[in-house]
Amino acid sequence: MQSQMIKTMVGPAVAAILLMFLLPTILETYTLTLLVVYGMLGLSLGLIWGFGGILCFGQAAFFGLGAYAYAIAAINIGESTLPAFIGILVPMVVAFLLGAMMFYGRLADVYMGVITLVFTLILFRFMNSTAGPEYVIGKARLGGFNGIPGYQTLNVPGFPDEYIYGDALYYLAFSLLIIVYLFLRWFLKTSFGRTAIAIRENEERVELMGYDVRIRKTLLFSLGGGIAGLAGVLYASWAEIVTPGLFSLGQSAEIIIWCIVGGLGVLVGPIFGGMLIGLMKFLLGQQSVIDNTLILGLVLVLFVLFLPKGVVPTLIKWLPKGRKNSRKRRRKSQGRNRRSEA
Amino acid sequence: MADIILETAGLSMRFGGVTAVDNVDFQLRERELRCLIGPNGAGKSTFFKCLTGMLKPSAGEVFLDDQETTGWDPHRVAGLGIGIKTQVPSVMDGLSVHENIWLSARRRCSVEEANRKAGEVIDRINLGRLAYKELGQLAHGERQRVELGIVMAGNPWLILLDEPAAGMTGEEVEHMADIIRELNRNAAVIIVEHDMQFIRSIASKVTVFYRGAVLMEDDVSVVLSDPTVRDVYLGKKA
Repeated sequence: MQSQMIKTMVGPAVAAILLMFLLPTILETYTLTLLVVYGMLGLSLGLIWGFGGILCFGQAAFFGLGAYAYAIAAINIGESTLPAFIGILVPMVVAFLLGAMMFYGRLADVYMGVITLVFTLILFRFMNSTAGPEYVIGKARLGGFNGIPGYQTLNVPGFPDEYIYGDALYYLAFSLLIIVYLFLRWFLKTSFGRTAIAIRENEERVELMGYDVRIRKTLLFSLGGGIAGLAGVLYASWAEIVTPGLFSLGQSAEIIIWCIVGGLGVLVGPIFGGMLIGLMKFLLGQQSVIDNTLILGLVLVLFVLFLPKGVVPTLIKWLPKGRKNSRKRRRKSQGRNRRSEA
Repeated sequence: MADIILETAGLSMRFGGVTAVDNVDFQLRERELRCLIGPNGAGKSTFFKCLTGMLKPSAGEVFLDDQETTGWDPHRVAGLGIGIKTQVPSVMDGLSVHENIWLSARRRCSVEEANRKAGEVIDRINLGRLAYKELGQLAHGERQRVELGIVMAGNPWLILLDEPAAGMTGEEVEHMADIIRELNRNAAVIIVEHDMQFIRSIASKVTVFYRGAVLMEDDVSVVLSDPTVRDVYLGKKA
């Protein structure tokens, strides 16, 4: 069972590594790094929405919290290893608390959307109003609308003067994305992951089987927050400045669009969506004939109308051969298991 | 006589001004098979939901296996080893038959054991050839059977079924009765049901609900020949 799981991971891993080395021949690594960050952020929402059925309108909050936590910790600590962990941990804990409040309070659907949205707005407002000198955490001034510049960016662990930037940051970000992706692939095959998917399908049934749905949803939500935080850390290191714009409504909405365009229920979908839309925005940003957001809106409308499942799931559907084969293989392996147990 | 494994004392459930369940004292013994019947709105399903924790009763107590479980959440009630099937088929449509049943088995045993158990249960409900099919594509009767399989896989000592025969064909109902009889060998069963044919076919002790209270409790033949019960069902005044 275990070795089989590893086998199914080799293919995607090799493909992803090849892609990592191929992409820089087309685009600059500076742009690519941002696309990878978007991919990671898309993946974080794709996990909790596509597999846990939790539609969070405020995924940007965890992204921004990760970036801010990293920046503030980096100013106070210097060497970037611990700040990077803090940048992941803070949004994870916040997501855990927010999730516990929502899921133990039995809030569902619309109310959950409203709460996560409002949570993002509160952070956005708050960060915008922290221009005064009294808003200081350690040595770090929050800086209000101007954000926080001038913190230590990522460095080789233990060597504060060896900065990871440019090409190296791209390869680091992409490698982390691959690691997170493979981890999630494994995670969704574990019993916990399988119950999470079951909760998406039918919460009541899972509860009547005797599983505590609330803690499971909370943990999944927290994991999603942590991944968004990691994306935030990478972003902070790439942009070298964090601003309240990270918490903006536009940012939150965009992540949802990435997921819809890329496709839910497949881990690659939201990664692809984030990178694709990011690229589109980058290319459109180079012209000034037509407004960027207008095109983004149009893309969303077209997708909802004509490709409601998103790009990746549709592509998978168009390749029915591969799917049938994998199903046959699965059945065969089941038979093998049964025999070996008998 | 075997031990009492389920007991309610003065159980009441009020929704605003409506008393759906009114001061019900109910007892169930080990490996008993009991049917709850009564006209629409008699309070059977509400009573059922108070037992499973899906509703928190307004007054009274529920005891399961000598533990007070009043107001527990459904997952804790189910965690005691109680299999629950709701009125509307409650299954995971996007997953395969195997996955549905495996998840239920996994709650109580290791991964390997759950794999074996899932295979066993699928054979018992006779859905082997559909094991890896997405549940949403199956017929209504098959999905009902899968839900029964989910209940089975949890190895319960008490099974609560809300209208298991609803919407099934005659043949499927017979098959369902067989499965229930088999389940009853190892577990006590409570069935909320409308279908008199079905109740006769599994022949057991029957509790009749009327206006939220227990009207009578006796053997199925006695109950069905009772004039009061017949009047209640035909809508005459009791």
